[in-house]
Amino acid sequence: MDYAINELEQEVLNATRELAQKKLKPLRAEMDAKEEFSYEMLEEYRKSGMFGLWLPEEYGGLGGGITCLAMAFEELSRVCAGLALTPGTTALGAIPMYLAATKEQRERWCYDLASGKKLWAFALTEPEAGSDATALKTTAIKDGDFYVVNGTKHFISTGKEADFYTVAVNTNPARGARGISLLVIEKGTPGFTFGKKEQKMGIRTNPTYELIFENVRVPKENLLGSEGRGLLYLQETLDYSRPGVAAQAVGIAQGALDETIPYLRTRKQFGQPIITFQALAHKVAELAAKTEAGRALVYSITHRMDAEFLPAVKEALKNGTSVHDELKKIKGGRWTKYSAEAKLFCSNTAMEVADECVTLCGGIAYTREFPLEKYMRDAKITQIYEGTVHIQKNEIATALIKEYASQGE
Amino acid sequence: MNDWKNVWILAEVNHGKLSPTAYELLNAGRKLADDLGEKLCAVLLGSGVEKFAAELFEYGADIVYVCDDAHLANYVDDVYAKTLAAMIAQYKPNKFLLPATNMGRSLSAKTAVFAGTGLTADATEVLINKEDGQLHATRPTFGGNLMATITCKRTRPEMCSLRPMSYEKAVRVPGRQGEVIRFAFDAEKYTSLAKFIEFIKNEGDGLDLSEAEIIVAGGRGLGKPEGFALLKKLADRLGGAVAASRAPVDNGWIDYRYQIGLTGRTVKPKVYIACGISGQIQHMAGMSGADVIVAVNKDPQAPIMKVANYAVQGDLYEVIPAMLEALH
Amino acid sequence: MHIVACVKQTPKSDNVKIDPQTGCLIRSGAASDINPFDEYALEEAVTLKEQLGGTVSVITMGPPQAEAVLKDSIARGADAAYQLGDMAFAGSDTWSTSYALSKGIEKIAAQNPVDLVICGKQTNDSDTGHIGPQISAWLGWPNAAFVKKVVKAGEKSVVVERLTEDGTDVLEIPYPCVLSVVKEINKPRVKSPKGRILAKRAQVTKWTADDVGADKSKLGIKNCPTNVVKSFVPKREVCAVTVEGANGKEKAAKLVELLKENKYI
Repeated sequence: MDYAINELEQEVLNATRELAQKKLKPLRAEMDAKEEFSYEMLEEYRKSGMFGLWLPEEYGGLGGGITCLAMAFEELSRVCAGLALTPGTTALGAIPMYLAATKEQRERWCYDLASGKKLWAFALTEPEAGSDATALKTTAIKDGDFYVVNGTKHFISTGKEADFYTVAVNTNPARGARGISLLVIEKGTPGFTFGKKEQKMGIRTNPTYELIFENVRVPKENLLGSEGRGLLYLQETLDYSRPGVAAQAVGIAQGALDETIPYLRTRKQFGQPIITFQALAHKVAELAAKTEAGRALVYSITHRMDAEFLPAVKEALKNGTSVHDELKKIKGGRWTKYSAEAKLFCSNTAMEVADECVTLCGGIAYTREFPLEKYMRDAKITQIYEGTVHIQKNEIATALIKEYASQGE
Repeated sequence: MNDWKNVWILAEVNHGKLSPTAYELLNAGRKLADDLGEKLCAVLLGSGVEKFAAELFEYGADIVYVCDDAHLANYVDDVYAKTLAAMIAQYKPNKFLLPATNMGRSLSAKTAVFAGTGLTADATEVLINKEDGQLHATRPTFGGNLMATITCKRTRPEMCSLRPMSYEKAVRVPGRQGEVIRFAFDAEKYTSLAKFIEFIKNEGDGLDLSEAEIIVAGGRGLGKPEGFALLKKLADRLGGAVAASRAPVDNGWIDYRYQIGLTGRTVKPKVYIACGISGQIQHMAGMSGADVIVAVNKDPQAPIMKVANYAVQGDLYEVIPAMLEALH
Repeated sequence: MHIVACVKQTPKSDNVKIDPQTGCLIRSGAASDINPFDEYALEEAVTLKEQLGGTVSVITMGPPQAEAVLKDSIARGADAAYQLGDMAFAGSDTWSTSYALSKGIEKIAAQNPVDLVICGKQTNDSDTGHIGPQISAWLGWPNAAFVKKVVKAGEKSVVVERLTEDGTDVLEIPYPCVLSVVKEINKPRVKSPKGRILAKRAQVTKWTADDVGADKSKLGIKNCPTNVVKSFVPKREVCAVTVEGANGKEKAAKLVELLKENKYI
């Protein structure tokens, strides 16, 4: 279906489809089995400009917005949700920087970000702080022109492979949540090491690592925005990134259907293709309808976001201000509820579709000869990262309570 | 046009070894020369190559033109093509067959422009047309879907590169003699700006696929790179070599050197065992000259099953181990 | 660095259909695309440009619809596109085609000197491999065919590895020169979103035989040295013996027996 996408978005769609079919598909099974990051695919992403889709042409990007990013993520995840994370997590790690960065910081980081020369990652979760971000224990104490960082992050996607980590730290532990700030910490900074690599259920081609900071001296120029505003930037980041996860979930659901329907058409039992059995056909119809509903929700939201995001970027570049400040001037309300709704619905849909597709295809789909078991394993993460489904429900409920409260009695 | 006489073949020499294509070209060229009532001549270019002349006479050459010079020790396109064009201008051959090897293809193309004449590439059959004495060279095009017969009407020599293995080797007549004509290399004229640096010999199994009598080849149906280990077992047992169709090479399961087909090598073994190869026309172009083709394939409708002498419908992972057992 | 990549529009090799009666190619419905071997030539040109800076121009000779492969090339990273189109070119063999292309390259070089011309190893429709070496012959430039690696592209020369039947030759060739590349050289990229948009907006420069100063007595079906006398669909022998058996094991045993019996093994 055509979601009234513009020319740029259409070409992103065409290009990522071709990239996914020609380059990603031949790699996915082998890399998933080996549980290895693909440098070959990284090179293909670089050559195709996949890291710069949502960045302005001034920095070597394509000039698209959140929709382009989400579309690419959907199409890549449709073939391999794990390898799709290479550009996906780089965007997630770089969005807070891009929102809060000063003109100087943007110029320092965005060229290599858009070209894919440098990868980014997002580091929020800690052993004792996940859903409750305010409980984070990593500290960054000012010492002259540096912050001295101590603490541990875990479950960090694209760990070890990324060059820059946007790390949530507390610069003023006495102030609790109001002490949270964001620092960009570069791989190779003395005292910054990687701990264990996780053995995961799905998205196995994307390395998940523990990050360990021991007296890491980070120049103060790497602070994003101002001290103590970290939670605000994080929330804003998640507003923009959760539709991305939702798009990934739509991609996984669509990919599972792409594998399932042709099989149901050719597999014969009782003398006929099994898709002609109504029970199966109706199940497929239901799954397809939910997938399309999820897609419609995602792109309705991202198009609305872009209507604010793109002008804000333009103003920020013109005025030498931060994107965050320009968004504040333009923006009416928060996206939190809609983003959470998209992520909740789409991730649940992906899990349901992948699960049902395995059942529809039967025994073959339970084997690793067939990609469906991988879709099922990969789908699960969309219900977990960037806030579990329960956290999404909290966000939605909180917003609803506020909305109705403001309407008065 | 009547000044142009005799059938030439290029006897390619690689690193001190006469290429097997030389014997095939002598066989193809002999027939042309006899039909025309002209002489069959071989050309030797290289350094220390004159010693091969005796062998070329035994395989049917009447004259061997030799340009033997240190400058020709390694193949550099311009040096060889300029030399060859000068020899053509001086001796005026009527027809000129070269091997469609990597060197032959590139050398024939450049020489044809320098000599101002037409060239047919990669022919599999050459004949003299009785009516006009023209060379009719037949070659596959469109990946072997179509055969085209090509001629070169107005210019001489009519040049043609001949696909290796298209012809049998000529029959050797021990003691047969001929005439050696030496052509002096002109270091001032036959120059190139390109500089040869070094030759690196292929490492690996050392087995030349084109010389293997038995080939066990795997295709997409292997499903995984490890499948080649199984094929290697069978090949070792039979004293043969392993090869592949294009799909496993594209998937990175095996090196390109093992690829058989239009974009790979052409082979002519006694036995060709195709495992999990569907038999696309591009692949067939490289192996259809085998004496016996055996196909092992799950799909009874696969094109290879139609051309195979022995078609085994079944899972190669069941059939090959069972063959090994039966051979034990 | 100014690199010219030569490309050709050819029928997709996997769906070529030949009329068995006439022996002609059935063009209707036969999708055309860039010759697969030319993708490697273009990719190498674009990769070298990315490493060294400069411009990639693409050139093709062909009918009006061949413009599509030039736009495709832009989408994969080429900067400028040139099309040689003229009835005078029609039916040319490789000798004439390489002559026409060499004239086109001379004209491109007159505007911006060319360092390197890169061609694919061969085309998938005529499989000759002549064009690269022959362009170099017409231009009087050095060349190498079957290039599988560019070891070093320097200021004044390029060091390449050439595939031979028994190994690898290493050659150093000064610019300007012509390389024909094999598919081991790289992995061609797909069209990027930015490239696709640039391709839509791209202007293709179109030249006739007169525009490039080509001598028409060297061009076209009437003047080229070689001609097709006839074409036909090859016959294939059907001689299959289906090896019977209750299961794979039985069939394997039977097969070994048959091969031994006939002294094949």
